[in-house]
Amino acid sequence: MDMDAVVGLLHATIRLATPLLFAAIGGLYNERAGVINIALEGKMLLGALVAFMVAFSSGSPWLGVVAAAASGMLVALLFAYVTITLGADQIVAAVAINLMMLGFTGVVFRLMKAAISGSLSAPTFPEWAIPGLDRIPLLGPVLFRHLPLVYLAFLLVPLAHFVFYRTTWGLSIRAVGEHPRAADTLGVKVRAVRYLTVLWGGAMAAVGGAVLSIGHNSTFIENMTAGRGFIAFSAIVFGKWTPLGTMLASLLFGFADALQLRIQAGILEPLFRSLGIQEVAYQIPVMLPYVVTLVALFFIGKSHWPAAAAIHYDREEG
Amino acid sequence: MGETPFLRMEGITKTFPGVVANDRVNLEVRHGEIHALLGENGAGKSTLMNVLYGLYQPNRGRILLEGRPVTIHSPEEAIRRGIGMVHQHFMLVPPLSVTENVILGLPGARGILLDRDQARQRIQEISHSYGLEVDPDAPVGALSVGVQQRVEIIKALYRGARLLILDEPTAVLTPQEIQGLFAVMRRLVADGHNAIVFISHKLDEVMAISDRVTVLRNGRDVATLETRETNKAELARLMVGREVLFRIEKPPAQPGPVVLEIQDLVVRDDRGVPAVRGLSLQVRQGEILGLAGVDGNGQRELAEAIAGLRIPEAGSIRIHGQDVTRLDAGDLLRFNLAYIPEDRQREGLVLDFTLSENFVAKRFRHPPFSARGFLRRPAILAFARRLIRRFDVRAPGPEVEARKLSGGNQQKVVLARELSQEPDLIISAQATRGLDVGAAEFVEQQMLAQRARGAAVLYISSELEEIFNLSDRIAVIHRGEIMGVVRPDQVTPEELGLMMAGIRRDDLSGSAALAQVPDPTQEEASS
Repeated sequence: MDMDAVVGLLHATIRLATPLLFAAIGGLYNERAGVINIALEGKMLLGALVAFMVAFSSGSPWLGVVAAAASGMLVALLFAYVTITLGADQIVAAVAINLMMLGFTGVVFRLMKAAISGSLSAPTFPEWAIPGLDRIPLLGPVLFRHLPLVYLAFLLVPLAHFVFYRTTWGLSIRAVGEHPRAADTLGVKVRAVRYLTVLWGGAMAAVGGAVLSIGHNSTFIENMTAGRGFIAFSAIVFGKWTPLGTMLASLLFGFADALQLRIQAGILEPLFRSLGIQEVAYQIPVMLPYVVTLVALFFIGKSHWPAAAAIHYDREEG
Repeated sequence: MGETPFLRMEGITKTFPGVVANDRVNLEVRHGEIHALLGENGAGKSTLMNVLYGLYQPNRGRILLEGRPVTIHSPEEAIRRGIGMVHQHFMLVPPLSVTENVILGLPGARGILLDRDQARQRIQEISHSYGLEVDPDAPVGALSVGVQQRVEIIKALYRGARLLILDEPTAVLTPQEIQGLFAVMRRLVADGHNAIVFISHKLDEVMAISDRVTVLRNGRDVATLETRETNKAELARLMVGREVLFRIEKPPAQPGPVVLEIQDLVVRDDRGVPAVRGLSLQVRQGEILGLAGVDGNGQRELAEAIAGLRIPEAGSIRIHGQDVTRLDAGDLLRFNLAYIPEDRQREGLVLDFTLSENFVAKRFRHPPFSARGFLRRPAILAFARRLIRRFDVRAPGPEVEARKLSGGNQQKVVLARELSQEPDLIISAQATRGLDVGAAEFVEQQMLAQRARGAAVLYISSELEEIFNLSDRIAVIHRGEIMGVVRPDQVTPEELGLMMAGIRRDDLSGSAALAQVPDPTQEEASS
């Protein structure tokens, strides 16, 4: 591989890690507060559709992102009400949301396609090269020639670290996830903390979805997330519930994605040919990010979930 | 004192579905007073205090603080009004540091930013003024229970608590730690500004520390007395509603051959740290060996190793001379071993199963309870009814879920299953924990009956009184090692307490050793 190919691979790693990072860093907040959120997938998918529709009709990708965040919060509100207020099982509620969003986005997108003749192409973001920094050899093109949302995603990482470990909010969030009753006896509003973190997580997951539709592409495709919400969830676990770890895990999965695209494009063809393999079905490299997810969880060892994860809290129940 | 009392609770009634937990309860606490709240489990002590602390809303009644009626909607409000509570099960977040636990939920001095330095300083001030030594930066999960309790008290004081509720604070402490706690309590109320509500069901402690005592029974307050004008017998009668014998009848033991023999046993705990470290002991037929020790000194791991639930690292376990060191619980069934686990709700019972299912849990594979793979319900039900009668389980019937029973009756179900098989060896771990006087008495009677039948009993308990009552010999465990084996009539509770704190029997001779013992309040954590 030559230098350009390496730069391209690393650049793509960061680009492809971005949607995962949005969903994972956002989801980290509610996970640390004890709400398990495997509905990231559904929220990402909805965000992807809403961002595309609003950007398409308004002409502004930024408006698309804001609308996506709002839609993510709306679904998160439903999820929060069902699980935190009504005490429904978090896993089951999340599965319902994922299935609902898969169907809903598909139907809406088909209706839109039927109603609109002509190109279904939304305006997308221009690349922001950071003046000066982008001229650094190697690092410049890898790190500093991206969409604005990419920088935003990576800024969320130190922000999350600061919130968790340096603020009273973060202390409350961590305490609620470990021992909600203890937090309650000290006047921490357990439900409010869980609601707010779920809403924030929903908004961020939807923005992650928006990156897929109007960041990487300029259109929506049915089931365009293709399990990325679950990969983002795995990134939280693999990252051991820390912002930095979650970022590294997202980058690993982004790298796997970038690599498989290049394998599809044929970078390994000389290798295959020397091994006497004529053709590799494209489905095989496509599996790579998912295989990496599994293998990664293999190596993580025993993980320490927040002690109150997925457990409903009710003050008057023992 | 003719002044306005610090706290008055008047006519407090709190009901839960199907239960009246508090029935028109009155409580008055004065400034500078240590007020004991005495009652059996389920008498309504904790409910009353949870009402005061804003965790529960009373159906009726009112609360007056320094003469002013108040409603307390939440713990936050209780804290604001100067009420602090140390719960029986500590309300600490294990992965967080002492400082983080203390400042959790408080608005920071610097807005939303955490101010650890200032908090650390105030924690140190509080710990110095009341003798509550603690390292502010240690993660709470790594501290011993005694030190965790100090953190809880500091947490309340840090929030400006003047009325401190201590819910069964001595249950987890060594005798020395209890003395240390009492010293702290006296210092707290010394200036007449603060007050303490001390919840307990232990008469000796109530007599030793309180100024006045209010007795609760079945959700009602039956009396409030000046402690110095009453005595243990009267308090016991008020608490239980009948006369209580403090010593149970016990004929002399007639030990037979060795049933259980443990040699140099090493067992690791869940974290992989050796919890039992080279321990040896023997239990004979027709004998109760009491194993005394503070919780968390390897008792659980030892019991699990014998019961085949944990594979030892080294050493050997023999039952009737046969090596069973590496056998699992299933293999051990043929050794006729009864195991009464420490956590009856998680290990002793399947809470969502019915009583009859729990009764046959060890034997359902064999006739008469099953044939050719099918369960035989009539046989199971008949057996269950028999056990319910014989062990006096208070339950609507054999088809009710174990979850629905009170703690005492749940323990009777465990005993019924384990003891009805007439075991040769009984491993009993903290069998009376959380039980009221009546149920605890029942457990002790059953153990003596088994002894008389010729069973060998290893009776693990952290309650000294019980150890003295039941044991023919007492072994003391500390950090996974035996500190000594003694006869109950040849040792004082104080000496046992010192052995529980890690001083070997051999080093205990004479008062010289006693004088060397450090002040328990100064003593550092043994994790």
